Amino acid sequence: MRTLSRKLGRELFRMRGQGMAIVALVACAVATFVSSVSTWRALQRTQDALYESHRFPHVFAELKRAPEALATRIAALPGVSVAETRVMSEVLLDVPGLPEPASALLRSVPDDGEPRLDRLHIREGRSVAPGKADEAVVSESFARANGLRPGDRISAVIGGRWKALQVVGVGGTPEQVFTVRAGGILNDDLHYGVLWMSRQSMAAALDLAGAFNSVAVRLAPGAPDAPVIAGLDRLLSPYGGRGAYGRELQTSHRLVTDEIAQMRVMATTVPVVILGVAVFLLSLVLSRLVATQRMQIGTLKALGYGNGAIGRHYAALALVLVVAGATVGAAAGYWMGDGLSAVYARYYRFPVILYEAEPAVALGGGLLAVAAALAAVSGAVRRSVRLAPAEAMRPEPPPTYRPTWVERIGLGRLLPPTGRMVLRDLGRRPLRAALSAVGIGAAVACTMVAAFMGDASWTLVDQEFGKVAREDVAVHFTQALTTGAVRELRALPGVLEAEAFRTAPATLESGQRTYRTAVLGLDPGARLHRVVDVLRGNVEVPRSGLVLSRTLAERLQVRPGDTVRLEFMEGARRAADVPVVGLVDDLVGVQAVMDREALNRTAGDGPLASGAFLGVDPASTDELNLHLRRMPKVAAVVLADATRRSVERMLEDSLLWFTSLLTFFSILIAVGVVYNGARLALAERERELATLRVIGFTQGEVWRISIGELCVQVLAGAPLGWLLGWGFVELTAAATASDLMRLPAVVTPANAAGATAVVVLAAAAVALWSRRWLGRLDLVSVLKAKE
Amino acid sequence: MPATMPAFEAVGITKVYRMGEVEVHALRGVSLKIWDGEFVVILGPSGSGKSTLLNVLGGLDAPSGGVVRYREHDLAHPDERALTAYRREHVGFVFQFYNLVPSLTARENVALAAEIAPRPLPAEDALARVGLSHRMDHFPSQLSGGEQQRVAIARAIAKRPDVLLCDEPTGALDAATGRSVLEVLDQVNRELGTTVAVITHNASIADLADRVVRMADGLIARETRNERRASPAEISW
Repeated sequence: MRTLSRKLGRELFRMRGQGMAIVALVACAVATFVSSVSTWRALQRTQDALYESHRFPHVFAELKRAPEALATRIAALPGVSVAETRVMSEVLLDVPGLPEPASALLRSVPDDGEPRLDRLHIREGRSVAPGKADEAVVSESFARANGLRPGDRISAVIGGRWKALQVVGVGGTPEQVFTVRAGGILNDDLHYGVLWMSRQSMAAALDLAGAFNSVAVRLAPGAPDAPVIAGLDRLLSPYGGRGAYGRELQTSHRLVTDEIAQMRVMATTVPVVILGVAVFLLSLVLSRLVATQRMQIGTLKALGYGNGAIGRHYAALALVLVVAGATVGAAAGYWMGDGLSAVYARYYRFPVILYEAEPAVALGGGLLAVAAALAAVSGAVRRSVRLAPAEAMRPEPPPTYRPTWVERIGLGRLLPPTGRMVLRDLGRRPLRAALSAVGIGAAVACTMVAAFMGDASWTLVDQEFGKVAREDVAVHFTQALTTGAVRELRALPGVLEAEAFRTAPATLESGQRTYRTAVLGLDPGARLHRVVDVLRGNVEVPRSGLVLSRTLAERLQVRPGDTVRLEFMEGARRAADVPVVGLVDDLVGVQAVMDREALNRTAGDGPLASGAFLGVDPASTDELNLHLRRMPKVAAVVLADATRRSVERMLEDSLLWFTSLLTFFSILIAVGVVYNGARLALAERERELATLRVIGFTQGEVWRISIGELCVQVLAGAPLGWLLGWGFVELTAAATASDLMRLPAVVTPANAAGATAVVVLAAAAVALWSRRWLGRLDLVSVLKAKE
Repeated sequence: MPATMPAFEAVGITKVYRMGEVEVHALRGVSLKIWDGEFVVILGPSGSGKSTLLNVLGGLDAPSGGVVRYREHDLAHPDERALTAYRREHVGFVFQFYNLVPSLTARENVALAAEIAPRPLPAEDALARVGLSHRMDHFPSQLSGGEQQRVAIARAIAKRPDVLLCDEPTGALDAATGRSVLEVLDQVNRELGTTVAVITHNASIADLADRVVRMADGLIARETRNERRASPAEISW
């Protein structure tokens, strides 16, 4: 057996080029698997740990104002383990060095010790001292974006008055792992953050002494959230309750959970594609080896080696390559996972990412690869075992060829003999040719998905900021005000246009299905902020009835013509049946839009506005910012440009990583397939090609014949790749679609052409390289011996 | 039928191979002339250097020393391009193991060579000459050994080469089949005037030749001229 092992070693060395291609592909598959599974598990573990250690609540509710005494009744609700009341407010901020106004969610920290729920983790500095009215902790992303550190000063409009605050710490809580403005989806860390202050001083400024406007609840172990939500709604509705909700509607939780789910999809799909190509190549190489070594196999059997030993010998060859690939892949995977976790750590503000190089993950990836490889090479191994010694020692009879169907229908005449050689070689092993084409197709498809991620993200940004939210500034009032407030805004210096809007938090109900959102009211003929369908463009909002995102309509299972029960969560808390009058295919968020007047009427309000979209003269921005900062009724100023820049930065960051990786993989797949194909073509047809050289064919002519089959495979693989890519794109779009955003499943001709070019160039490079091998062809010795 | 100028002229050619650590002297100073239209048989046991000599004459291998030329072509100083052109235009090869392209039919194997020649014989004519008109559309796997070798000869003569170099053309065949192959070679030499050089270790083939060159140990041991060329039907082994 020692000698057989030596034979194994030498054979591996002889086919090191092909071996390395296989090792690289297996390594990539395992690396992707290990990195995405590790990252997914790290995120999951981090989320679970943070939620547990920092007491992430299960149920949340916001309201107008309720006396603190109500807290005991909330705590007494069946299923409630801990309930904590808090004070929250959206406030305008003035940050030194930032020309535009920023805004923040201001949250209370109890004065009698640590919060019992949603505890702060402090990254830098300390928490606020009890009763210190001018101290604040700043959320990490906001602090990083603005360079804020403990000791810095900022000011905030609290209860209509400017108040100077000293930053004493930088930190976060489980509710703010991902910071985004209420009702918003796209974040802008530079202009929006979260601040924590002493509850006493907040309550004093907001006229909430002895009262609260937010409550969080942790459930008793095993208790369902629905009864608690219902109980809270009952208790809070007299106090302007806006409807309690569970974790699944908490924005930060939902975003992070969606991301973790997507990571799981990535962890399974991409490695399977790459591994498929790797084991296909492995099976080709091994089949070829068994075919060329039939004499050796016969001799070994004649010597007395058993079937088991011979089968194991060839299986071991495959295993060595796969185990080598899996080992490299596992190491690279841990390293990539570490990097990937760091990207997520930057993006999400977890106190610490609990990344672990778990041996079980690598082992799982390795076993997967080994199982796939053994399945792929089982045919070749079986053939090696099945050979009878006497038969094996006779040279293989010449391969049988017959005219292909292309020739039988008479098209063969159009081809020169060299063309027919290519055609018949394809026809003799159609499965192999088809699988090679599929491999090339997979490479094209991977590149297409990479390009799609980029294209779709930019389309989304373009759609959102270029067509939907075309305002320069969105001003949100502290509460719904009469349209006079909008007129006031229009009169400010630099304001060219102002369009009032109304938002009304509401529950949409259809049968058993409900959805909580804020209904947006727009004025007829609005130009700045519009409802835009991806395909149909601008959609006019009718004078009555609801226009819904298609995603929301599917959620509620309603169609135009159906009615939806609208329950408002503010003010008089009216309820009404409203007809659905239109659907829009949109990309960001889940919208329910009405005519503003109709919305006010349905809610039982007068002509109110929650804010206005402004078109601004760029020359007067600074002056306008000064004015906006001085308006106590303004709770938030959202700058479209800043948000867009922030989203673009985030996309560039994550897309660059993702698209480079996918493109690298597809190049590797293409190179692997073509390299192995070229090697195999040379090995199998060495004699044939040498004969042609002897007859007088030039090296170039022989090279063209040798790569003819590969050219056909690449040519057939490309359109196959477009189909596969289109399917992958649809799958990716479906897998990544959420209420928050949906990537448009669009494949542009440029995308397909670009992906094809990448793969064809990689294939061409290898094909050109293979020409060198023909130069080394030893004509004399090849022709001398019969294989 | 010697002409005034030899087609091939080799003077003192040597060939040294390195086989791992060992130097093998395959040719130790061979001088030889072959005239147009001659049928030459080069005889010798294996290892005598006859195959190396044939490879040098065919432009498949360059000698380590000495002078060798075919008409104005210098074969001693290898230039890949020039050697390819030389093989393409002047030489037809026949091998012991036929070396047909398995994915092409008999006709297509011949056409493959005809296509790259400046003034080829139609593939059908070449196959008719070797008596295979009725097997033109068969693949190699459907032909017997003798038939395969005759296709290989047809492929060689389709280029209308000036010289046909045959390396043990009957080595893998039984006597009757071998004779039919030799008949074809004889006929090509007589009817087309193609110079034919056959290397073999089978001494009975020597009777077919105008001239017999015997090699041993990398040297020409003896050269003899047959008074009368035997016909293939007369020889036996």
